[in-house]
Amino acid sequence: MDEKIQNKPQEKSKETTQPTIDRLVVSSSPHFSTGDSVPKIMHAVILALLPASAASIYFFGLNALLLGLTCVIACMLTEYAIQKIRRKPITVWDGSAIITGILLALTLPPAFPLYAAALGSIVAIGLGKQIFGGLGYNIFNPALLGRAFLQATYPVMITTWSEPLTKAAKHGIDAVSAATPLALMKFVEPKVMTPHLDLFFGNVAGSIGETSAFAIILGGLYLRYKGYINWKMPLGYLGSIAFFGWLFYLANPQKYPDPLFHILAGGAMLGAWFMVTDMVTSPTTSVGQWIFVVVAGFLVVIIRLLGGLPEGVMYSILLMNAITPLINRHTKPKVFGEGNQS
Amino acid sequence: MALTFKHGIHPDYYKELTAAKKIEKALLPKKVAIPLQQHLGAPCQPLVKKGDAVLEGQKIGEANTFVTSPVHSTINGKVKEIEKHPHPVGGKVMSIIIEGDGTQKEWGNGSIGLDIEKITIEEIRAKIKDAGIVGLGGAAFPTVVKLTPPKDKKIDAVILNGCECEPYLTSDHRLMLEEPEKILWGMKAIMKVLNVNDGYIGIEKNKPDAIDALENAKKSIIPNLKIIALETKYPQGAEKMLIKAILNRKVPVGKLPMDVGVVVQNVGTAKAVYDAIKYDKPLIERVVTISGNGINEQKNLMVRIGTSFDDVLNQCGGMKKDSEKLVIMGGPMMGIAQTNLEAPVIKGTSGITVLAGDAIRPSDYKQCIKCGGCVEACPVNLMPYRLTDYARFNRPDEFKAWGGLSCIECGCCSFECPSNRPLVQWLRVGKLRVREAEKGSSK
Repeated sequence: MDEKIQNKPQEKSKETTQPTIDRLVVSSSPHFSTGDSVPKIMHAVILALLPASAASIYFFGLNALLLGLTCVIACMLTEYAIQKIRRKPITVWDGSAIITGILLALTLPPAFPLYAAALGSIVAIGLGKQIFGGLGYNIFNPALLGRAFLQATYPVMITTWSEPLTKAAKHGIDAVSAATPLALMKFVEPKVMTPHLDLFFGNVAGSIGETSAFAIILGGLYLRYKGYINWKMPLGYLGSIAFFGWLFYLANPQKYPDPLFHILAGGAMLGAWFMVTDMVTSPTTSVGQWIFVVVAGFLVVIIRLLGGLPEGVMYSILLMNAITPLINRHTKPKVFGEGNQS
Repeated sequence: MALTFKHGIHPDYYKELTAAKKIEKALLPKKVAIPLQQHLGAPCQPLVKKGDAVLEGQKIGEANTFVTSPVHSTINGKVKEIEKHPHPVGGKVMSIIIEGDGTQKEWGNGSIGLDIEKITIEEIRAKIKDAGIVGLGGAAFPTVVKLTPPKDKKIDAVILNGCECEPYLTSDHRLMLEEPEKILWGMKAIMKVLNVNDGYIGIEKNKPDAIDALENAKKSIIPNLKIIALETKYPQGAEKMLIKAILNRKVPVGKLPMDVGVVVQNVGTAKAVYDAIKYDKPLIERVVTISGNGINEQKNLMVRIGTSFDDVLNQCGGMKKDSEKLVIMGGPMMGIAQTNLEAPVIKGTSGITVLAGDAIRPSDYKQCIKCGGCVEACPVNLMPYRLTDYARFNRPDEFKAWGGLSCIECGCCSFECPSNRPLVQWLRVGKLRVREAEKGSSK
C-alpha cells in the first residue's frame, strides 16, 4: 500500500489511449512536502556544532581535534559494522552518527585517552542506539549514554581537567591540571567563583566543548533559525536551571552560586541547545516538552548543589529520556472539539 | 493579528501562477461524460436512454432520497451511451455519455440582482435542489440538505468560505474578484432560507483584492455582512477551522457545524445559487484552476461538467513533455491523483494541478525520528506518528481511543514529516480498520 503505482504506457492496449502523457504517477495525498529530510536536519546540526568544535580546538589545541576525530570515526565505524552484520541499510552518512561522535567528544576532558574515547563511542552507538533498532528507536541520547559509561568506567580520567591553552601559556608549559568552575564552586574552601565573562567565552577548565557558551549559543541560534528546534526546549531548560538555582541563591548567597553562573558553567549550555533538543529522545507533545525541561532543570540544580557530583546535566537529561515515552503517553493533547457541548 | 486557528502549516502557495488570470470560457466540448454520482449521498438513476436527444441544462439523472443531487446535461446533443466511465475520485462510475451537436444555450444576461422579497423560502430550496447544487469547495455535499437543518438545530450564522487555502488553486479567488455581486446575492438567498441575520465571509489575507471587491459590493446588497480577513495558513478553509477562527466556536468531535448553529458554504456555491434562482440555470459549469509546473499554460477556465481532463489540459497548451507527471484533481494537499485522463471534470473539481519532475513528492520514506513535527502541525490536535503505528499494527481500539477518527485528512502531518512518511494514508487505513472492527463486533 506504500508503493507508488506507475502507470506505464500500454502501447498495444486499445482501451487506454492517452496521447499526451508518457507516464502518470499516482500517490496518496498530500502530494506536497517541506522538502526537509533527516540527513538535511542532521547536517544542519553538524554545522551548528562547528563553532563549539572550533572553540574546543582554540582552547585545548590538538588534543581536542584528536578526540573529536576519534569519536566521530569510531561512531561511524560502529554504526557501519552493526548495520552490516544485521544486514540493514547503511546509514552512516545520514549524519546522526557523526553528531553522536562530536557531542561525545565535546563532553570529554582535554587529556582523555583516545582509546577510552573510542570505547565510549562504540558503547554510544552500539548500546545507545543500534541495539534499540537504530535512529528513531533509541530511548537515550546516545552521546550521553556513552559518556555515562565512561564516567562509570574511568571515573578518574574523566574528571581530570586541565587549564585551557590560553591560560596555560602564561605558565610557559603545555598543560596544567585544574579544577572546573563547578568543582571550584563546590569542593574548594573558601569557594572560588569563576567570572561570568570567562564562562561565557570559555576561557576555563572543563570538557572541551562545554566551556564556550558563546560558541554553543551561536550554533543553537542557527538551528532555531532553520526551524529544527523550538525556543521552548533550550530556553525552558536554562530557565528552569536558573530558577531553581536562584531559589538556592536567595536562601544563601554566600554558599550557593547565582543563577547566571549555573547556566554558563558546566554542560548546561551544550545540553540545552544540543541534547535536550534531540528529537528522538525528547517528548513530542507541547506539554510533555515543558515537563521534560522543567524537571530536568530542577534535577541539574539538585545534583549540582546537594548531590555528590559537581555536574548534573548528563544525568538530568538521561533520566528524563528514560521517562519520555511515559510523558508522551500521559500528555496526549485534547482533540479539537473534545469535551465541547453542542 | 488576523484571526485564525491553532497549529497548521505554511506551505508555498504558488497562487501567483494564476491569481491574475481572468476566468476564460472553455471551448464547447464535443463530448461529455456525466457521472451519475458526483456528490455525497445516493447515486442518481438515469432519466434518459441511449439515443435520446438532450438539451443543455436538461435534468438527466436523479434519485428519490433526501441526501442526493440531480445531474444535468451540460451540452445540446444526443445520449451516446450509458456506461461505466472513469471517475476522477477513482474507479469507474455509471455515467451518461453525450455527444454534442455544436450548439449551446444562452442563459440570459442583464442586470444583476434578485427580487429577494418576492421569492419564498420554499421556492429557493426547490430551485437549489433542482439545479443540482452541491458544495463546490470539493466535498460536494448537496447544498439543499445543508439548507434544511433539522427543526431542533437553531442556525444563527452563515459563513461563506472564501479561504481557498489549498496551494495553486485560484478559482474562488477569481470568482470573488469577477462576480462579487452574484456571490453576495446568492449569500442573501442562503441567509433568507436559514432565517439568519449574521453573515460572514472568511477570506485569507493573501487575497486583499478579493476582500476589497466584496467590501465594495456588499454595501448595496448585504450591508451588515462581515468580511473577515484571516491569517494565510493551511487548512484555514477546513470548516471546523474556519468556524473556530471567525466565531470562536468548536464543533464537537463527531458533530457537524449545524450543531454549533453554523452553516458554511463555499463562495462558488453561493454564485451557483444565484444562477439557479435568477436564470433557472442548473449547475452545469464551474471555474477550474489549471496550474502546476507540469502544464504549459496555467489558467482559470469556466469548464462544463463532464469535459474530460484531457480536453481541459489540451486547452492549456498540454502537459510538459520529458518527465513523469502527477495529475491531481484539486490541490496538492488534499487532491486526488488521476490514473486516467478520460475522467471528466465534476461538480467538485476546483482545480487540476499538474506536477512534474522534482515537484513530485518521492515515494520512499524513512523511520520516524519522533521529531513531533506532525503533532505540532495537526489542526485537530492529534499525534499522527502514534496513530499511524496503531493503524499499521492493526490496533483499532487504541486508534480510536487516541482520537484517530477526528482526523480531517488535511495532510499537514505528512507535509511536515522529515522522513517523508505517508501518514495520511495510514490514518485512512486506521479509520477503515476501526469501522471494520465495529462492523465485526456488531454482527
